[in-house]
This record gives sequence, C-alpha cells and structure tokens, in this order.
Amino acid sequence: MSRIEIGTELAPKTFKINRELLIDYANASGDQNPIHQDEAFAKSVGLPDVIAHGMLTMALAGKYLSEVSGSQSVLEFSAKFIKPVVVPAGVDVSLIISGKVTDVTEGVAKIDLLAMCNEVKVLGMAKGAIKI
Amino acid sequence: MLNPDLVGRTFTSADSVTVTKEAIQKFAEVIGEKNIDVAPPTFAISITLEQSQSLLQDSGLDWSRVVHGDQKFEIKRPIVAGDQFHCSSTIESARNVAGNEIVTVRSDLNSGSDLVVSTWSTLVVRA
Repeated sequence: MSRIEIGTELAPKTFKINRELLIDYANASGDQNPIHQDEAFAKSVGLPDVIAHGMLTMALAGKYLSEVSGSQSVLEFSAKFIKPVVVPAGVDVSLIISGKVTDVTEGVAKIDLLAMCNEVKVLGMAKGAIKI
Repeated sequence: MLNPDLVGRTFTSADSVTVTKEAIQKFAEVIGEKNIDVAPPTFAISITLEQSQSLLQDSGLDWSRVVHGDQKFEIKRPIVAGDQFHCSSTIESARNVAGNEIVTVRSDLNSGSDLVVSTWSTLVVRA
C-alpha cells in the first residue's frame, strides 16, 4: 500500500457485475426489487434493461475503500446514484473504481472515489473517511 | 404522497435484529471481502432498508415508485456478529421537486444505549 497523504492516487480496481451477482446481492441484502433481476419487468417500467442495485455499486466501492486499511477502518461513506449500471444478460459489466486522498487530519483520511461504468460516472460525490 | 405531519417523527422498531455470522459472510462474499470479523461498511443497509420500510409503511410513501437517490453511512464502530440492534427511523425532510417527492430518511442502529451506525437514505418517489 502506498503512503496515504493528500494527493495520493489509489490504484484503480475493476469489479465485474453480472446477473448472477445481482441475484447474490439481492439475497444477501434483502432487496428483491424485480428491476434488478427481471428483464421484462425492468423494461415495463421504462428501464433499458435490468439495472444493478445502487447499493451493490456502493458496496463494491466500499470494498475498494476497505482495501486501504481494512473494513473496520471505514468511518463515513456517502454517494449519490447518478446513473444506473445496466446489466444485460450474459454480460460481465466492468465497474472501475479509483480514489484520491483529499485530506489527512489526526489519523483520518478523506478519499474521493470515482466509479465508472462504460466510461460513464455512475456514483456522484462518492466520499469516504477512513482511519489510517 | 407522504403525510407531512410525519416529517421529524421517529419510529422505533419493537423487536431487535440480531446480526449473524452467516449474514455478514453472505454479504461479504458478494463483494469479494474475505475478512468477516467485521461487517463490510455498507452492511447496515441490509438491516435499515427493511426496517425503515416497515416502520414507514403507513406513512403514505409509495414504495413501489421509490428510486434510491443517495446514501450516507456514519459508522461509530464496525458491526460484528452477535450485535443486537434496535432500529429508529426518522423522516428528516420531504420536499417536492417537479412533481417528484424527495424524502430523506435517517435510520439509527442502536445496541443498548450505544449508537453504532447511522444511515441516511434519500428516496425519490417518482410522480
């Protein structure tokens, strides 16, 4: 792990999202909304296809944040869901997360996260605070 | 349409929720987290989403039209297996923007008198 100081850029990481992962997340989180599993239903409510749970994208960004100094170190985490992650059948969609340290004060680092999918930013104002 | 009288009100669950090792493991596996000594940072949503939905089911909020707008967590200490939580949900604000209702719900997970995790969910109820 590189030194954590203001301006440190954290190495990007790619997460694969597919239909199977959406079912696993639905079962793990209890969010069984059919827009995340049922293509016909998703299209019937005007979506292009099945979309990932915003909270799955955020959970993966949380995993990225945890890799800096462990899950137990995360103090704050917030994000806006600005674009859906569309997950067509039989496709692994790549979610690329990267981060930059914006502040380090009294053992707490603030990190801005960037979450990109098909070159579109899917989380807005994604920020974490971690103990280092 | 959310009943405006409910803004600022707090609803507390009667029953507690116990966090199991299996629940943490299942959540961790999805995101590729190998450490299950503590729950992943967003694990609290698996408790607060359902709790706040049941606490607010009589609020007039149409959950079938709800889209998640944003989400925030404040974690005082990590959640661990064996934690027993009472959940309190408060409708912090409700406003109408271009016909869509935007509602912010705060949910606190308390273990005894200790606040462990607070979550804020902004929900957009599509017109």
